[in-house]
Amino acid sequence: MAGIPHDHYEPKTGVEKWLHERLPVVSILYDTLMIPTPKNLNWMWIWGIVLAFCLALQLATGIVLAMHYTPHTSMAFDSVEHIMRDVNGGWALRYLHANGASLFFFAVYLHIFRSLYYGSYKAPREVTWIVGMLIYLVMMATGFLGYVLPWGQMSFWGATVITGFFGAIPGIGETIQTWLLGGPAVDNATLNRFFSLHYLLPFVLAGLVIVHIWAFHTTGNNNPSGVEVRRGSKAGAEKDTLPFWPYFVVKDLFALGVVLTIFFAITYFMPNYLGHPDNYTEANPLVTPAHIVPEWYYLPFYAILRAFTSDVWAVQLVNLVTGGIVDAKFFGVIAMFASIIVMVFVPWLDTSTVRSGKYRPSFKWWFWLLAVDFVVLTWCGSQPAEGMVPVISLIGASYWFGYFLVVLPLLGVFEKPLPVPATIEEDFDAHYPPKDASASAAE
Amino acid sequence: MPITHPKTHLRLRLNEQNKGTDEMIKNSILAALVAFGLGTGATNAAGTGHTEDFAFSFEGPFGKFDVHQLQRGLQVYKEVCSACHGLRQVAFRALAEPGGPQLEAEQVKAFAALFDVTDAETGETRPGRPSDKFPANTAVGAPDLSLMAKARAGFHGPMGLGINQIVQGMGGAEYIASILTGFTGEEKTQAGVTLYENHAFSSGWISMNPPLEDGAVEYRDGHPNSVEHMAEDVSAFLMWAAEPKMMARKNTGFLAVAFMVLLTSLLYLSNKKLWAGPKRKD
Repeated sequence: MAGIPHDHYEPKTGVEKWLHERLPVVSILYDTLMIPTPKNLNWMWIWGIVLAFCLALQLATGIVLAMHYTPHTSMAFDSVEHIMRDVNGGWALRYLHANGASLFFFAVYLHIFRSLYYGSYKAPREVTWIVGMLIYLVMMATGFLGYVLPWGQMSFWGATVITGFFGAIPGIGETIQTWLLGGPAVDNATLNRFFSLHYLLPFVLAGLVIVHIWAFHTTGNNNPSGVEVRRGSKAGAEKDTLPFWPYFVVKDLFALGVVLTIFFAITYFMPNYLGHPDNYTEANPLVTPAHIVPEWYYLPFYAILRAFTSDVWAVQLVNLVTGGIVDAKFFGVIAMFASIIVMVFVPWLDTSTVRSGKYRPSFKWWFWLLAVDFVVLTWCGSQPAEGMVPVISLIGASYWFGYFLVVLPLLGVFEKPLPVPATIEEDFDAHYPPKDASASAAE
Repeated sequence: MPITHPKTHLRLRLNEQNKGTDEMIKNSILAALVAFGLGTGATNAAGTGHTEDFAFSFEGPFGKFDVHQLQRGLQVYKEVCSACHGLRQVAFRALAEPGGPQLEAEQVKAFAALFDVTDAETGETRPGRPSDKFPANTAVGAPDLSLMAKARAGFHGPMGLGINQIVQGMGGAEYIASILTGFTGEEKTQAGVTLYENHAFSSGWISMNPPLEDGAVEYRDGHPNSVEHMAEDVSAFLMWAAEPKMMARKNTGFLAVAFMVLLTSLLYLSNKKLWAGPKRKD
């Protein structure tokens, strides 16, 4: 792979040479595993490995679950109970799969916010970032499709509400919604196609993950200092980096161990905490749950969707300008999708020349406010839209857009960044001083 | 207090009950038909009623089902609840499985035969077998109880965040016990349906008539049979019915967590040693 200079794979034995001339697969694996990695990476760089584990876990458990599941409206709910009661270890598979989805999203949010703080999205890593956003979108779609499969009340009504977003599109909305559902309402055709797609998308995800890794192995990892690895010579690069194997493999596995200890404790001791009790009631098109809420990982965006009601002046203005084509419902849907799409453009919205937030005194405050905003929006999404919730949602949604569209572009112009270390080695040595330096300092 | 072996008391009780059961069910159904009317729509509302925090033996990571309590709860379900409520996800054979009421094979056979089930192949009604499931019961529109203990959350706070569920659990069994003990004795008739005041129920008025009264079920082991005791027993049984693999789950959990702690400790030490060089700590 291009990028940081390092030792490449050399086939030694006859068999290795024979294979290498025909298919350089060992070479690719070797270079991937031995890639020079900035030695100052902190503990926020472990979420990638957690995410890779999640994908593998979801695929492994999901494939077995699919062997016992029946995608039919009259049998789906009972087949899940069959898995829980009669399939050997079925309860474990299902609880791991359901909670695995939560871990997947928990890790991806920390991964995304790490990128936002350390400027990992900035040149030359824009493609890594955009592919990452695509991965996140496919994850959202996969998670939603999967939640419909148990065919509980929240499955059914969640599917009805979410596909209703497409119905909000003026003119062609209803046609699109009918096409997505395979009929006028959520029914057997919907369940079948959702099952099919829920099985397909994780493999799309796996493909995108390979592209994601390929992209950042081309540019090299970002790191907490935001300073690039010295690439002029192999000797220079070696001062800034350590090979991925064994240093980061062992470090990442240790971190994964800590995460999985907590994950197993939650999965085995409180497996339904992150679920919704209503989903243990079979889907019933005639009974609407009092309070339809999506899974926790969609809540911030659900809050943004609901924030833009018809009494908001911006909604009224757009409604007037478009001659009523964009009503409050459609406005909310646009806002929700826009709140995710706006992140795709962040490499160009952030005008600062300094990459890492560590050296940006004002940025830090705005960033942490965004993190708090995300948590507040999550809470708003979980609450019935009454009392203070709509107002807080609107403030939260406004800041979400404000951060990306106003704060980031302006900060780059007005902020005076702190001095940045010259090299990664300098940053690392500041934390772990060389022995001779401390010895000379003591003299 | 006389102590009977848990596996024998139920059999004796069931045999005794055998005769009177049919008549009792008939009467209960008639009563319930009147009680439920059309009022099932209200049962799906979000829980805003008050749930008492009953202390169950199965709470927390170390909690275990009390086999005696599950057997008593099974008896309450059979003699009272089954008149209107089905339990269609639960197989009779599960009653003998580890982590449950642990009836003996012969007891399960005798117990299953007390129920009339519809044969899946012939469509005929015949006495149940261990391989059958408890029959569904849609006669009066009462909800099936197979998953009730997981389909309701008892605790929601603070601020609707549900964080107290980490300490108190989801509270499904507590919710059921609270409903059973939450009747005030007040009733009203609304659009021809009799509603009973119940502070545990979301709307405050439930269409189920108070199903239990002190001494309604006579336990063989002489266990107190006040409404509270019966409510707790049947709630524990329904928790098992909703989560029959709970004991296996918690055992696996301890294994998994213990294994991960060991593995993670080894990885910690490996990582420390590996990085000692680069970090100049060797």
